[in-house]
Amino acid sequence: MNGGRNCDRAGALTTPRDTDSVCKNSLQQSGTILARGRCVIAHRIRGVLKATVSVAVLLLTGAVVARADSTITIATVNNGDMVVMQHLSSEFEKLHPDIHLRWVVLEENVLRQRVTTDIATKAGQFDVVTVGNYEVPIWAKQGWLEAMNNLPASYGVDDILKPVRQGLTYDGKLYGLPFYGESAMTYYRTDLFDKAGLKMPDAPTYEQIRGLADKITDKTHEIYGMCLRGKPGWGENMAYVTSLVNAEGGQWFDEKWKPTIDTPPWHKAIGFYDDILKADGPPGATSNGFNENLALFASGHCGMWIDATVAGGLLYDKKQSTVADKIGFAPMPTGSFKGAPTWLWSWNLAIPTTSKQKDAARTFVTWATSKEYIELVAKQNGWVSVPPGTRQSTYDNPEYQKAAPFASFVHKAIEVANPDGQTAQPRPYTGAQFVAIPEFQGIGTQVGQTIAGTLTGQSSVDQALRAAQSATERVMRQSGYPRE
Amino acid sequence: MQPTPLQRALAAIVGWGVALLLFFPIAWMVLTSFKSEPQAITPGLMFSPTLDSYREVFARADYLTFAINSVVISVGGTVLALLFAIPAAYAMAFHPTERTRGTLLWMLSTKMLPPVGVLVPIYLLFRSAGLLDSRSGLIAIYALMNLPIVVWMLFTFYKEVPNEILEAGRMDGARTASEVWYLLLPLTLPGVASTGLLSLILCWNEAFWSLNLTSAGAAPLTAFIASFSSPEGLFFAKLSAASTMAVAPILVFGWFSQRQLVQGLTFGAVK
Amino acid sequence: MDASVTEAPPVETVATAMPRSVGRLLLLPSVVVLLAWMIVPLVMTLWFSFQYYNLINPETAGFAGLDNYRYLVTDPDFWVSLENTLILVGSVLVVTVVFGTLLAVLFNQPFPGRNIARVLAISPFFVMPTVSALIWKNLLMHPIYGVFGAVARSFGRQPVDWFADYPLASIIAIVSWEWLPFALLILLTAVQSLDHEQREAARMDGAGVIAQFVFITLPHLSRAISVVVMIETIFLLTVFAEIFVTTSGGPGNATTNLAFLIYARALLQYDIGGASAGGIVAIVLANIVAFFLVRSIARRLEV
Repeated sequence: MNGGRNCDRAGALTTPRDTDSVCKNSLQQSGTILARGRCVIAHRIRGVLKATVSVAVLLLTGAVVARADSTITIATVNNGDMVVMQHLSSEFEKLHPDIHLRWVVLEENVLRQRVTTDIATKAGQFDVVTVGNYEVPIWAKQGWLEAMNNLPASYGVDDILKPVRQGLTYDGKLYGLPFYGESAMTYYRTDLFDKAGLKMPDAPTYEQIRGLADKITDKTHEIYGMCLRGKPGWGENMAYVTSLVNAEGGQWFDEKWKPTIDTPPWHKAIGFYDDILKADGPPGATSNGFNENLALFASGHCGMWIDATVAGGLLYDKKQSTVADKIGFAPMPTGSFKGAPTWLWSWNLAIPTTSKQKDAARTFVTWATSKEYIELVAKQNGWVSVPPGTRQSTYDNPEYQKAAPFASFVHKAIEVANPDGQTAQPRPYTGAQFVAIPEFQGIGTQVGQTIAGTLTGQSSVDQALRAAQSATERVMRQSGYPRE
Repeated sequence: MQPTPLQRALAAIVGWGVALLLFFPIAWMVLTSFKSEPQAITPGLMFSPTLDSYREVFARADYLTFAINSVVISVGGTVLALLFAIPAAYAMAFHPTERTRGTLLWMLSTKMLPPVGVLVPIYLLFRSAGLLDSRSGLIAIYALMNLPIVVWMLFTFYKEVPNEILEAGRMDGARTASEVWYLLLPLTLPGVASTGLLSLILCWNEAFWSLNLTSAGAAPLTAFIASFSSPEGLFFAKLSAASTMAVAPILVFGWFSQRQLVQGLTFGAVK
Repeated sequence: MDASVTEAPPVETVATAMPRSVGRLLLLPSVVVLLAWMIVPLVMTLWFSFQYYNLINPETAGFAGLDNYRYLVTDPDFWVSLENTLILVGSVLVVTVVFGTLLAVLFNQPFPGRNIARVLAISPFFVMPTVSALIWKNLLMHPIYGVFGAVARSFGRQPVDWFADYPLASIIAIVSWEWLPFALLILLTAVQSLDHEQREAARMDGAGVIAQFVFITLPHLSRAISVVVMIETIFLLTVFAEIFVTTSGGPGNATTNLAFLIYARALLQYDIGGASAGGIVAIVLANIVAFFLVRSIARRLEV
């Protein structure tokens, strides 16, 4: 079918009609079929060669980059504060002309799998990695991260908020420097509360929250009383769920590392979560993670939202939020067990031991987490946009307090987050909204899926918790627990 | 038989309706890329177009580097695959043995393994070979990935070459090399071209190896997309702009070569 | 081509004119690199599948025997994932073949602007899977911001929460959208090659449009359909990006296919031993499919 007759249709390579007419002539002249083929090929090849040469020239000129000084590769998440860092890094390169930066900016999940694979196989692709306070102690224990010793006095290690600093410490040494930190709090719409004649208590409980959510929900106008994370993932819905379970007196494992998911506190917590999202939550709750909820709240669809404190700066930014002047905040609601670990997360910059440019990497990491960097952001984008949750000096700064009315809430939330504290029953692990063991990523995500299944009616809470319990038992057995 | 005007009109309405429906998601993406972020989350048609999202995307990522990587890797992978595949397909089509069929099927079955299953072995191999974050590493992977399809497609084209032509060539004194070069290639150029096109499209759109084996140096447009999907804050317009930029080159290329694709993409299905 | 195709002597006569070794020599490079590509990771995967090997927890290491396999097959998600894989492949095949055939016939009719309409219709094939999934998830199917939701609301209906209520069907819709143009491309070529005289004759005999389609067009398309089924199956067995971007295999395990399950083992639990066992199972599955499906179809193709 596609024999010689179609020769004139190979339009992608050269102008077909040319080739065809030229080569028909040659067929007439020499008469052999081979000659015609030769002619077609010669004609086509010339076109392809021309194109190839020009592409090659283009590439060569592009590939010549100065490689004399040290070049470091920085892997980071595509969150707003990191984008600002990438943007401002030209200032760093001005200060240190001998250090060149190469950026790998990826979405959180992709970045995490990328960095973990690289660091665990000791491939050494990155000189600076962005990691959470979940990973830092675990990776430090494996000897994968450089200790952050001998920081200059001007850096002010003691200025870093103590709970954040402790989360990055292993065996008495710091293994990462915090870029920004967060706890969680309750956001609400003051205009909706005023309209309904409601008042947010200073320290709400989950029962009060439930009542308030029911009253604000107005589905015909697409106002949903309560937005919560529903997207499955250990760092998405399970971050909130873990904190909620802690508040209701539950935990992930008992002292012998036996999973305690199929217990009354979990039933109570998931029952609450399920009820409130079904009654007052937005549609599509199972696809909503932090970012989606942020977009929902910023576009005026949420009455209340319990989530990371870092959202405060974004919701207050008039460029990104249509409700910037109608936001109120309250602490995270409490349940039956007061003083439970709530929420503490930090994104940190760390240096893999496989890096070949450790000095340059260290120079960059200390710059990006310094007081000077925070002031630089303030100068460029205003104080409300500075990376929060890392330094006492930020919260002491009157300009920050003025620009960010939520500052004291956030500071307090971080101080009481209590990640190393106890749950209602003693527990063998640390972590507020996560469990600080390597297996938690897998377990959390799997249980997160199961819990999301209850929101869509795929399974009941009882079924889901039973399934989660047995799945977690399986993973723990496979991973060789109990260890000690 | 000439269709009646009514039939033509009906065909036009249904044909255009279906075409627009299938194209709608892409059109909507392009449209959204010209909205501002707050407008992007309200599905409306009335808005004042802005280039803000494009500006921001350009400011945040070096689009050209990603795009050049995509071009180099896709073209490289395709050329390499063709270099391996042309002789193999030739041999299978004109010198078949009892094992030809088995070989062909086996080649195809190598494509059914989910890549994530062999990520760690490949990562370790690439690390040892120093191929991580290199274009040549990805070119090799892509060539291997598409080799089965490419061999098979070429094979079906060669099978259709009438023997008289080869015989005629041999009368003219053609030897194996010149037989492939001067007879088979011109006869099957449309086939080779559409095979190359398909391979190019598959390479351009591959998003697993390109994300996991590159960092800063060799990352193609799929990695560019991964830096704009679900960041904090409103992102639909920026995501649409980035997506449009990543898709546009191959889409335009595909449009211009669609005639070629329609002609050549038969896999021996037409006799 | 011409009638010469059908009357061509069997290829063996040509082959004898050439030394057989030349054929082997030409085939060798492809086979060798493919073998290396296949065997080296396969052997490594096989080896890892018998090891306790967790990337982020090097303390658990050593020979595991069949433990990883036992762990895999006793996982309730595993059987669900096999089922989902087959449903996904089967449904997308049905959708793309049925609509691909109808569209191929449609786009073979003359109508004004047919070429442009055709270009628009095949465009989805050029879009990367990640981008397709992102567009569908955020701009189309999102119950609040999406176009579908807006359309539903304008008719006074509640928007459907696609990924929560019909998760697997939503994935099937996205994947079908991506692969429909491919089926259309191949089937269109086949429809175009349909003998006009044959159709004319059938029409003269008084065959209606439907009868023409069933008795002339469809049999003519059977080879093309076989090709579509075969090529698509190869790609559909490993669908991953669409699931990763939209549902992450959920809610629950509603959209977990084998590729995603292996991903969850390998890059969420970093359990390389378990993921390797999953990979080996996937290879076995691929070969079963290859055996049944590809072989029967390939026979039809007279390969």
